[in-house]
Amino acid sequence: MSARISPLYAGRKRVNAIAMALCYAATAFGLMWLALILASLLINGLPGLSPAIFLENTPPPNAQGGGLANAIVGSLMLTIIGVGIGAPIGILAGTYMAEYGRYSRVTSTIRFINDILLSAPSIIIGLFIYTIIVVPMGRFSGIAGALALAVIVIPVVVRTTEDMLLLVPNPLREAAAALGMPRSLVIKQVAYRAARAGIITGVLLAVARVSGETAPLLFTVLSNQFWSLDITQPLANLPVTINNFINNPDPNWKKLAWTGALLITFAVLSLNIVARTLTQSRKSK
Amino acid sequence: MTDMAMTSHAASAASAERAAVLQKLRGGDTVFYWMTRIAAVSVLGLLGAIMISLIIGAWPALTEYGLRFLTTARWAPNAMPDPVLGGLSPLVGTLITSFVALLIAVPVGLGIAIFLTELCPPRLMRPISVAIEMLAGIPSIIYGMWGFFVLGPFLADRGLGGNLSLFNASLILAIMVLPFITAISRDVFATVPPVLKEAAYGVGCTTWEVVRNVVLPYTRVGLIGGVMLALGRALGETMAVTFVVGNSFRLPTSLFSPGTTISAAIASEFAESADLHQSALILLGLLLFVLTFCVLAAARLMLARLAKKAGA
Repeated sequence: MSARISPLYAGRKRVNAIAMALCYAATAFGLMWLALILASLLINGLPGLSPAIFLENTPPPNAQGGGLANAIVGSLMLTIIGVGIGAPIGILAGTYMAEYGRYSRVTSTIRFINDILLSAPSIIIGLFIYTIIVVPMGRFSGIAGALALAVIVIPVVVRTTEDMLLLVPNPLREAAAALGMPRSLVIKQVAYRAARAGIITGVLLAVARVSGETAPLLFTVLSNQFWSLDITQPLANLPVTINNFINNPDPNWKKLAWTGALLITFAVLSLNIVARTLTQSRKSK
Repeated sequence: MTDMAMTSHAASAASAERAAVLQKLRGGDTVFYWMTRIAAVSVLGLLGAIMISLIIGAWPALTEYGLRFLTTARWAPNAMPDPVLGGLSPLVGTLITSFVALLIAVPVGLGIAIFLTELCPPRLMRPISVAIEMLAGIPSIIYGMWGFFVLGPFLADRGLGGNLSLFNASLILAIMVLPFITAISRDVFATVPPVLKEAAYGVGCTTWEVVRNVVLPYTRVGLIGGVMLALGRALGETMAVTFVVGNSFRLPTSLFSPGTTISAAIASEFAESADLHQSALILLGLLLFVLTFCVLAAARLMLARLAKKAGA
C-alpha cells in the first residue's frame, strides 16, 4: 500500500520544493538589483564627493574640477516651491474628501481621478506645463518647473491626507462638536492633530517623489550652467544637469554626474526611510 | 432693582459679544469649507486641463495625418518638401518594452510576494519588504544612467544586443515595476481569509498547492489589477528608457535591436522641435495619456472590486 502511495507524495513534495526554491530565487534576484545599483553608485560617485561639489558651480565642458552647487541650490528651490504650492492644495482637497464629502459621489469621482493622476506619466505633466506656462511666457523658467512638480505633488498628498483623516475615530469629532465647536475648528484642532504624523509622511513622500523627477523639468526649466536664483529664468537643477552630463563624453562631467546621482539617490532613500519611521512610531503608539 | 438692571445690561453685552464671536466662527467655517471644496474640484479640473491642452497642442498633427499617424512608421521631421511623421515605431516600441518588462517582473514579483507571505521568517519580513520597496524610491534617471553605463555594456559583452536595445530598456523597466507588483501582490494575498488556507493545509496540501489552488484563485482580480497598474507605470516611464533604448525611429526587427518609445521620443526631441514636428510629439503624448488612462482606470476598477469583496 505505502509503496503505491509514496511516489505520489514524493512527486508533490518535489513540486513544492521546486516552487519554493523559485520563490527564494525571485527574492534574491530582486534584492540583487538593489545591491548592484547602490554599489555602482557608491563605487563611481563616492570618489568625486568633496567640499567642492557643494561650493563650486558646474564646470564648462572639458575643464577640470568644478562642483554642483548651483544645481543643488536650484533643485532645492524647485522642490520647496513645488511642494509649497502643491501640498496645501493637496491637503485641502484631501480634507474635503474625508471631512465634508465623505460619502458623496463627487468624492469617489475625485478619488478615482486622483489615483489616475498619481500614476500618470510625468513627461505628460511636462508637456502640459510647457503648453500653458512656457509658451505664453515665451521662455523656460524656474517657476514653470516648480509648477510641474506641484502637479505631481498634489495627487500624492491628496491620497495620504484623505487616508489619514479617515483613520481618525469619529467619537473624537463628535466630542468636539458636542462642546459647540464649529466644523472648521473641529477639523483644524482635532482631526488635523490626530492625523498629523500621517499628513507629514505624505508631504515627505511627495518631496521624495519630486526631488528625482527629471522628465517634467526637461522642457520647463531647462537648466543653467551658472549660479542663478531667479525663478523667472532657466534654473540649474540636479536631475537635468545629470541628464546633460551623461549625454556628453567629457570624463569630468561623467564623474560629476555619478556624484550627483549618488547625492539624489541617498537623499530620496533617506526621505523614504524617515517617512516610514514616522508612520511606524505612530502605529506602535 | 439697580442690581438686576446691571446684570441684564452685562448679559446683553455678553450676548452681543457672543453673537459676534459666533458670526466670526460661522464666517470662518464657510471660508474653510469653500477652500477645501475648490481645492478638491481643482483636482478634477487638472485632469481636464491636461487633456484639453494636449488635444489643442496635437490638433495640427491630428488634422494633417489623422489615423495615418498610427500606421506610418517613417519619422522624418526634416524631410523636404513636407515632413513625414508617423507614430507607429514609438507606439510599437512602447508596447514591446512594457510587455517584455511585465513578462519578467510578474513571475518574479509574485515569487517575492509568496516568499514574503508564506516562507519568510517574521523577523526578516519587514527588512526585505522595505528593501524591495526601496527600488521604487530610486529616481528613474538613476536607472537610466545605470542601464547606460553598467547594464548596457554588460549585456553587450554577452551578445544580448548592443549597449542600446529594446531588451536593455525592458530589463530596466522590469526592475522598476517589480516593487509595485510585489507590494500589491503582498497586500492582496493578505486579504485571503486564514480559514481558507488553514482548511487547505488541514487536508494535507503543500505550501505550493495552497498558493496555487487557494491564494491565487481567491486574489485573481486584485492581481490582474496590480499588474495593470504596473503596466500603466511601464508605459509612461521616460528617463530610464530614454538612455538605453537607442532612440531609433525604425520598426524594430528584434528585441535586441535599438528602437524608441513614445516617452523617449518626446524627451529626446521635444526641446528642439517646432511647428508640425512639435505637434506630432504632443500627439504622441496624447496617445500615451489615453493609453495609460485606460489601463490605469481598468486597474483601479478591478482593485476596487476586490476591496468591496474583502469588505463584504
